[in-house]
Amino acid sequence: MTKALIITAPGINCDVELEEAFQLAGATTFRSHINQLMDEPSIIDEADLIGLPGGFSYGDSVAAGRIMAQLMRQTMYEQFVSALKRGVPMIAPCNGFQIAVQLGLLPGPTPGQGWSETPSEPTVSLAQNNSARFIDRWVGIDVPQDTRCIWTKGLETTEQSALIPIAHGEGRFVPKDEELLRQLDVDGQIACRYLPSDNPNGSVGDVMGICDSSGLVLGLMPHPERFLRWSQHPYWTRLSKESRSGDPLGLQMFKNAVAYVNNKSAEKETVHT
Amino acid sequence: MPVFRIEIAPQPTAADPAGQAALHQAEVAGIHPLPREVKTTAIYLLEGDIDEAGVNTIAQSLLHDPVTQTHFEGTRSSKADATIEIHPLPGVMDPAGQAVELAIEKLLGEEVRVQTGVRYDFYGIDATDAAKIAHRCLANTVVHGIHNEPYHPDEFPSGHSHDMSVPEVPIIGLSDDELERMSRESHLFLDLEEMQTIQSYYKEIGRNPKEIELETLAQTWSEHCVHKTLKATIHYSGPNAENRPHHELHDDGTHTIHNLLKSTVAAATFELIDEGIDWCLSVFVDNAGIIKFDDEHAVCFKAETHNHPSALEPYGGAATGIGGCIRDIMGTGLSARPIAATDVFCVAEFENEAPQGCLQSRRILGEVVRGVRDYGNRMGIPTLNGSVWFDNNYAGNPLVFCGCVGVMPIDKIEGDPEHGDRIIAIGGRTGRDGIHGATFSSAELTDTHADEFSHAVQIGNAITEKQALDAILEARDAEEGCLFRAITDCGAGGFSSAIGEMGEKIGATVNLEHAPLKYAGLTPSEIWISEAQERMVLAVPQSNVAALQAICDKHGAEMCDLGEFGTEGAELVLKYDGDTVGQISMSFLHDGLPGTTRIALWSPEASSHNGEDKVNIEALLPKLLAHPNIASKQSIIQQYDHEVQGRSVVRPLVGPLGDAPSDAAVVTPVRGSSRGLAIGSGLATGLSSDPYIMATAAIDECVRNIVCVGGDPETTAILDNFCWPSANDEASLGRLVRCAHGCYDAAKAYRTPFISGKDSLNNQFTKDDGETIYIPPTLLVSGFSIVEDIEQCVTMDAKQSGNKLLLIGTTTDSCGGSHALMVEPSMECNTSLPQVSFEEGPANAKAVHNAIKCGLIQSAHDLSEGGLLVSLAEMAFGGGLGISVSIDGLSDTMLVSETPSRYLLEVAPEDVGAVQELMNSVHCVEIGEVNDSDELRVNEYSWNCDTLRSCWLEGMVI
Repeated sequence: MTKALIITAPGINCDVELEEAFQLAGATTFRSHINQLMDEPSIIDEADLIGLPGGFSYGDSVAAGRIMAQLMRQTMYEQFVSALKRGVPMIAPCNGFQIAVQLGLLPGPTPGQGWSETPSEPTVSLAQNNSARFIDRWVGIDVPQDTRCIWTKGLETTEQSALIPIAHGEGRFVPKDEELLRQLDVDGQIACRYLPSDNPNGSVGDVMGICDSSGLVLGLMPHPERFLRWSQHPYWTRLSKESRSGDPLGLQMFKNAVAYVNNKSAEKETVHT
Repeated sequence: MPVFRIEIAPQPTAADPAGQAALHQAEVAGIHPLPREVKTTAIYLLEGDIDEAGVNTIAQSLLHDPVTQTHFEGTRSSKADATIEIHPLPGVMDPAGQAVELAIEKLLGEEVRVQTGVRYDFYGIDATDAAKIAHRCLANTVVHGIHNEPYHPDEFPSGHSHDMSVPEVPIIGLSDDELERMSRESHLFLDLEEMQTIQSYYKEIGRNPKEIELETLAQTWSEHCVHKTLKATIHYSGPNAENRPHHELHDDGTHTIHNLLKSTVAAATFELIDEGIDWCLSVFVDNAGIIKFDDEHAVCFKAETHNHPSALEPYGGAATGIGGCIRDIMGTGLSARPIAATDVFCVAEFENEAPQGCLQSRRILGEVVRGVRDYGNRMGIPTLNGSVWFDNNYAGNPLVFCGCVGVMPIDKIEGDPEHGDRIIAIGGRTGRDGIHGATFSSAELTDTHADEFSHAVQIGNAITEKQALDAILEARDAEEGCLFRAITDCGAGGFSSAIGEMGEKIGATVNLEHAPLKYAGLTPSEIWISEAQERMVLAVPQSNVAALQAICDKHGAEMCDLGEFGTEGAELVLKYDGDTVGQISMSFLHDGLPGTTRIALWSPEASSHNGEDKVNIEALLPKLLAHPNIASKQSIIQQYDHEVQGRSVVRPLVGPLGDAPSDAAVVTPVRGSSRGLAIGSGLATGLSSDPYIMATAAIDECVRNIVCVGGDPETTAILDNFCWPSANDEASLGRLVRCAHGCYDAAKAYRTPFISGKDSLNNQFTKDDGETIYIPPTLLVSGFSIVEDIEQCVTMDAKQSGNKLLLIGTTTDSCGGSHALMVEPSMECNTSLPQVSFEEGPANAKAVHNAIKCGLIQSAHDLSEGGLLVSLAEMAFGGGLGISVSIDGLSDTMLVSETPSRYLLEVAPEDVGAVQELMNSVHCVEIGEVNDSDELRVNEYSWNCDTLRSCWLEGMVI
């Protein structure tokens, strides 16, 4: 059975719905608190999937995700890299995204390059919203055709279902320079974008989420784990029963990842036999 | 030890949203002259045994973001015209500083003390004008120090130590005058009779009280903790008191009411339970009221006010308000999981000039919202229902109501400590903060309170509370069974009330020196009564202490063993380093309070009718929609994470554009279950000139809101929160009795039991010139109700062109207290107050619910502030559609009258017959239909929906 690891910490508060998302997608889940992981990082080796939930880790003191990321850089970066080498998909919504970019997992090495031994310096940042305010609302989502991201590739959406909820105060995507943004685009590492007409936080290039060059690690500001049922859609009471059939956008992402893991192990099987 | 200073600033080319926000705040506050630009810098002051290199590492690896920020060790010079720095005052909580201390310890193994601050560089204004902005918009001198140059102290102030002995207070032999002076000067806020009772008790046992005992009595007997006014014996003369429970009629027609609460609010509940309501599981006894949700789960609800702290320091006051209410849920039964929060604020209009010693209304509301946002969002609890009421009599004493809903296993709804259980505290450390909060909140505010009571104000740390919550729920659900036998929160009165209440029947022995402290130097009395936030007290069998400790360690939640429950003769024994510093019998502490007797008078005002029915309806509607009570609350709601936990089914904002005002919220307490919980509220302060009518209207509105989203009026439980200007004079107390009568009658008529409540009876402000501002009598009714299947939920936004509109309920021309009159005082109309009909109200609610349950309703919206016109407009622009109605027999003022118990229903043409069938017992008229136009047309009047929408969206923006 495919096992998803949910990492919790003081102030992490989207862990339960993230766990539910993996379960609805067909995985089993196990949770581990950062205080356990710091003593025993090898727990990560047991995971087929990893979720870094949203929330306010350590109160987002200094900056969103900063303290948690620093603790992880020091104690478990290695285990994350070996998990990626094993082909473990990871999702990091909201605070998870803020942590992943500072932990050195995103955007990660350019295609063809290997992971560095030690965590690299962050090259992108999730800065304070241009409104300087926390904002919770639903926004349109656009997935680039050529994305490498195994989570967002091939999502089936309609105009009414291509929506996803955001809830953050520090989500303004800022790359260290224009060149990096161009490269991420060219390399298919842009996993999803805001609609240019509806960019809620001033993100450069309308970037909503990015993946590493393997497409396994998805970091994004919105919360796909909050769109697993049609009754979570912002105006579902206006939608006919018919248009509320099929998997909602959020659930599709998690099913993509679980399917990826299952196919991978299926291939292994066939190789062995 | 040296103090190092680190500055973290945005890179020269990077944006500075915080700076722009500061500029914007100054602008909306109407400050002149305005700076050309404001730049912000985060300041970290580090004190510890570290060197330059260590400081550089900390700045590099922990404090700055290489992509967008620069760091500087020391003080950067700048070309700014003025520089202001804002730092927390000594002793004020600095959660960010605490988090950095923890991180440095974990990362570098160094023990360093950290304080954070913000540097503002102003361009284009001088130091004096910059200071003005700091005072008006950026800092509150109750908790902040404002420095007009970069702040780099030589050392951190450390807790000044006190004499640890607990003095005896000579009370035996004091005269009445001396007793009263003692009560006032040591902030006991006890009246003479209560002081005399204490005096004679100690005379009897032959000694004077220890200071700590007196403090314990003062807060246990405070209005805030025992609600002595609502429980008092009241001699009431006024109408409509006949044949009520515990109302003793006298020959002169007056009544003696034995315990007002028991005779009204509680009486309604217990009578309803006798009449067969079987889903109330715990009422009035626990930290929150509990009802049955399904066979395995119960849900609980509590609402509180945090008015006085919020008046002095709105940010900290509101944050600790929601934090305390969440702890009530954590401390209900054997702990519930908080799943939703609600908030209602009452403030003065933004244009109102703030009295001396008060903050501007816009500032208060902005800070209150920030406080609820920062605490609720960090706790991961969706804030998804609320409202704001504007009235200039709230200028000196704003009201901040915070509510919280929780879910728990149905077999964990109660627990009691047993002899020998350990007294375990989990969560925050104890400091000098919040001392005298209980007695302070029972006092009246004056213009000098900001100085006198700043120690009652606190800054909370949501993460500390979240860690405690995570640990407690894990301990509750432990495989070997719940690890504790009872739990409660430290609220007003701190350990004193928490342990005092838990040990009421069996006594307790407390070793005060075991409490972890924020800083050295707290006296035993201070430890005992401190109201420092984020602390829970549990009764834990000795055999489970180790397992609980392991769980707390995992979550990084601090836990300590304060002593043992159970003593010979049920006493409260307080020890410090082995010496007994206080000893009171629980029976005197909890039952010694003398019952008071009060006089209450009520005489109705004659209702009037000012001339013809005349008003310019076309001009009125846009003004109504822009009235701050009615206007969109989007700028508040979107700052709250109202979707965390993924339970939200009906949100505070609905419609295709996500900006239409929902009547209530619906969440799913149990994952995977299609059973929902509707959460709503009612507030009818406009009718406060007759609190009986106000109370019945508030309950009617709460039920209406819940019904409109699919809630079942038959399983609706409600809460009462009284906020009164005072309860000392006969007229004011008369209004309170009148209001309580309304609560009883409406709760009985609607069959909605009260399950919990709270009151705050001293909400007045005495200005420097001696004039006192009294708040309007205010009653918040909060409610929740079962939604059998969330598929049945409906929202208020118009759905589809061609659908018909039905108006349920009769409309009267009574416009007293209506928003139309607030907007157009010259309006000629019937100015009597609209009355709730106990026949129509419950019948309408039931009929509408049935129609919704049958899936016949496309959208439902109740008629409240602004009456029919406002509801029609909201439905139309909420759904991005037009509406056209024509109604015979309604005069113009009846289009904006606020008659209760009315609903607007949108029904598909083919279902109209079936709905009318279901409505045959109530007043139901088809008034028009939804169309594709961008126009609202009512009889001969019409408006452009987009124009109406903008008036509504722009009416109230923070």
